[in-house]
Amino acid sequence: MQIERDPVSGYLTTGHEWNGIKELNTPVPRIVWFFIAVTHIWALGYWLLMPAFPLGSTYTKGLLNADDRAAVTESVRQAQAARSGWTDELMSKSYAEIQRDQALMAEVRRSGRALFGDNCVACHGENGQGAPGFPDLRRSSLWGATPEVIAETIRVGINSGHKDSRVSQMPAFGRDQMLQGSQIQEVLAYVLSLSGPAGPRPAEMVEAGKAVFAANCASCHGDDAKGKLDVGAPNLTTGYWRTGGSGASLHGVLWDGLRGQMPSWEGRLSPVDRKILTLYVVDLRERHQ
Amino acid sequence: MIGHLTRSERQLTLYMLLAVVITGLAMLVAGKDDSLGVHGALVMVVGIAAIFGVIAEFFEPEPTENRLDSYYDEPSRIGIVFAMAWAAFGLFVGAWVAWQLAYPSLNFEAGWTSFGRLRPVHTTSVIFGFGGNALIATSFYVMQRTSRARIPDQISPLFIVFGYNLFCLLAVSGYMIGVTQSKEYAEPEWYADIWLVIVWVTYFVVYMRTLLHRKEPHIYVANWYYLAFVLIVAVLHIVNNLAVPVSFSSAKSYTIFAGVQDAMTQWWYGHNAVAFFLTAGFLGMMYYFLPKRAGRPLYSYRMSIISFWGITFFYLWAGSHHLHYTALPQWVQTLGMTFSVMLLVPSWTAAANALLTLNGAWHRVRDDATLRFMMVAAVFYGLTTFEGSFLAIRAVNSLSHYTDWTVGHVHAGALGWVAMITFGSIYAAVPWLWKRENMYSPRLVEVHFWLALAGTIVYVLAMWNSGIIQGLMWRTYASDGTLAYSFLDSLVVMHPYYIARAVGGTLFLIGALVGCYNIWMTVRAPRQPMAGPEADYPEPRVPVGSVPQAAE
Ligand code: HEC
Ligand code: HEC
Ligand code: HEM
Ligand code: HEM
Repeated sequence: MQIERDPVSGYLTTGHEWNGIKELNTPVPRIVWFFIAVTHIWALGYWLLMPAFPLGSTYTKGLLNADDRAAVTESVRQAQAARSGWTDELMSKSYAEIQRDQALMAEVRRSGRALFGDNCVACHGENGQGAPGFPDLRRSSLWGATPEVIAETIRVGINSGHKDSRVSQMPAFGRDQMLQGSQIQEVLAYVLSLSGPAGPRPAEMVEAGKAVFAANCASCHGDDAKGKLDVGAPNLTTGYWRTGGSGASLHGVLWDGLRGQMPSWEGRLSPVDRKILTLYVVDLRERHQ
Repeated sequence: MIGHLTRSERQLTLYMLLAVVITGLAMLVAGKDDSLGVHGALVMVVGIAAIFGVIAEFFEPEPTENRLDSYYDEPSRIGIVFAMAWAAFGLFVGAWVAWQLAYPSLNFEAGWTSFGRLRPVHTTSVIFGFGGNALIATSFYVMQRTSRARIPDQISPLFIVFGYNLFCLLAVSGYMIGVTQSKEYAEPEWYADIWLVIVWVTYFVVYMRTLLHRKEPHIYVANWYYLAFVLIVAVLHIVNNLAVPVSFSSAKSYTIFAGVQDAMTQWWYGHNAVAFFLTAGFLGMMYYFLPKRAGRPLYSYRMSIISFWGITFFYLWAGSHHLHYTALPQWVQTLGMTFSVMLLVPSWTAAANALLTLNGAWHRVRDDATLRFMMVAAVFYGLTTFEGSFLAIRAVNSLSHYTDWTVGHVHAGALGWVAMITFGSIYAAVPWLWKRENMYSPRLVEVHFWLALAGTIVYVLAMWNSGIIQGLMWRTYASDGTLAYSFLDSLVVMHPYYIARAVGGTLFLIGALVGCYNIWMTVRAPRQPMAGPEADYPEPRVPVGSVPQAAE
């Protein structure tokens, strides 16, 4: 245990040694003290200016009287004010007027893209093209295709739990034993024949299916199978199938039923944002046709 | 593994294992309709396997009288083997989740392989499995040598190592079957938490007892850090895990904290897990292995004091920087931010102390990959703490929070600092512990070093880029005052960076596997007499001073 001088650095050791490790007694470099001073003075200043220490049920407010909540409220207000030029116009005009106004539609397309991207693509796909179980917004019109109807669907949702929610339900004909397996095959053949050539399906099967349809399905899907808007029953004659369209998936719908869920956006998106989305969806449809 | 225990100690071990099996059985019976039962069965199987292990060695010859004359290194050896096993597993899962983020279908649509479950498997395996075992193993090693005292107990160190790994096993297997408290880095449920309290308090007691038996008049810096690590982690763990189980037959519990208090407790814990697990413990490692390997005296005792007290004091206040711009009152955020900035100076003092210690030994850094691991670790430590203090500033955090920048910061610390200092220390300790002349292949250490460094740099650069781009995209407004990009747009831009990160991570993983192989071959190599093993005893057998540690 003796103090030595380290030949490399020129400093003395402390004289301690542990398992061969020694320590130098090098003084703390000036620059360390300097930065300790700088950071501490900065912190002190910050504490003086900003909310910093608790005082029982309140806290030191700081000389700047800064307040996060007020700051956020203010910046939200400013952002709304900055948008208000065109959003006010959007809210005051009718759908038809807006659709004629190219400048306004450009805003709708731009801001609608981000809104649609953040809220709708997870289910309806990047361009609204849908996915099995989720309708193609460019083609499907369960409840109608006018802007007013689409706006209402977005507001209340479908089977969503919202008090005004649209309600739709395709019964589980197979599982609940309303139809026999052979009848399901028959009605399926009939339904498929409405939108395309019956293909390999024998004509008498389609014929039998027609009877099954009239007895069981027409009440919702209509005698001509073109759908009924009031119950959300889709048109079965277009060749577009929201559930995918393979024989197996349609058979699945007939067997297990279908009850799609579309969230309600009232309370989650502001009226302006919902109006933008409505116009955006309408625009998608028009550009698709 | 128990050859060094006497017959009666072996008997006691058997009784303890029996108690473990019975506890497992009780959990199995009580929780038979719950995941608790699955864990009960797991505990039983582990206990029974251990009993067979003990019985197999039970009748081996008893240790010689003089076993207490040498350091007690068996727990360290076991700990290092566990650490490397967890590293291989945890880094593999890390690489897997990284590839999942680039190609989500790599979850193969099973529940247990989903990102949400594998992510905590990764973090727990690397932090607690790899880091924790390495800390326990090296702390035993360092504490005994710098105290010049053997651990006074025989069974408890083994209990600590195996008990701790049982905790890790319960944690990781639990996530896969859906057991979690949903608190980051504190996911394990109440029964695993209670078990860890028992293990950890034993650890603390053993540590203190050894320190009290020390024959050196002073306590070396490394031990200050290890002790802070053991003590504060106990406090953090207990407070953050205060919870009420739904019932004793259920794995589920609910925390006693609510709302913003819960968030604050969680991040007080979370941040100090970083501070005392990922920082203090590994600083302990660095303060021993770096000067030892470099053969240089520590640069400054006085700087050690500044950094130690600065780090321990300031860190405890800084947790709220994880909750900037949340429901947490603004004054708490102010404190978190200012203390984080003040923390920078002691942190850099620690890094500088390590790097200045290398003055006079830079030629060794050049030639010796083991020492280079430690040098690079000190550099990354400096980098990460600078970045951390920067991110803690509210204005910066409003950009970085929720982005990959945080993930980049985490892995600059985790790969560059934690893993590098650990690999360096393990490469130094393995030949010493197994009494070998050298590692099986110094060339492979070199290979590992470059793979690890390349992997880290690729990972961190990818995440910095991706994080900053992400943050900017999320706050970019078009001229009409609406958001310019959707979240999906930012994901599309992230994709190439996610691939880069996964490649970097894969390099890092390969490096670690090379390390496992090298260590395995070293352990299996025939035992050679090493230069001056006489030095490695608590009681000097040759005059003090004349026996430098056998480093190659
Ligand atoms: C109670 C009213 C009701 C009856 C009766 C009914 N449907 Fe439906 N059907 C619906 C509704 C509503 C939907 C849309 C469900 C949804 O998406 O939520 C639907 C959906 C379908 C679809 C899926 C369309 C697609 O795009 O994929 C098919 C096919 C179909 N029905 C066929 C039938 C056939 C065949 C019958 C008679 C056996 C029948 N439905 C009887 C209400 C009915
Ligand atoms: C959770 C998934 C989900 C999300 C998110 C979602 N939708 Fe839907 N949406 C559906 C489903 C499912 C249906 C069809 C419901 C049914 O089968 O009756 C639907 C139907 C619709 C319809 C009616 C289509 C028709 O044929 O008449 C419109 C319009 C619509 N969604 C617009 C939107 C918009 C706009 C958004 C974003 C604000 C959105 N959806 C978000 C699932 C979703
Ligand atoms: C001066 C030292 C440090 C400071 C002030 C600091 C500060 C920070 C800040 C501000 C964040 C981001 C919080 C957020 O926006 O969510 C963060 C995250 C993190 N840091 Fe550090 N850091 C420091 C050192 C380190 C070191 C050495 C490590 C070692 C690995 C580390 C590991 C982490 C981890 C794991 C997280 C992520 C926590 C999470 O969100 O899960 N930090 N740190
Ligand atoms: C092979 C090397 C590694 C790879 C590829 C990897 C990959 C990942 C990935 C993909 C995530 C999830 C990020 C996200 O959610 O966006 C993650 C999180 C994390 N990893 Fe790693 N990792 C590696 C090594 C490590 C190591 C060695 C440690 C610690 C010692 C570590 C600690 C963490 C932590 C603490 C988090 C959580 C970060 C946070 O919440 O902000 N990782 N890692």
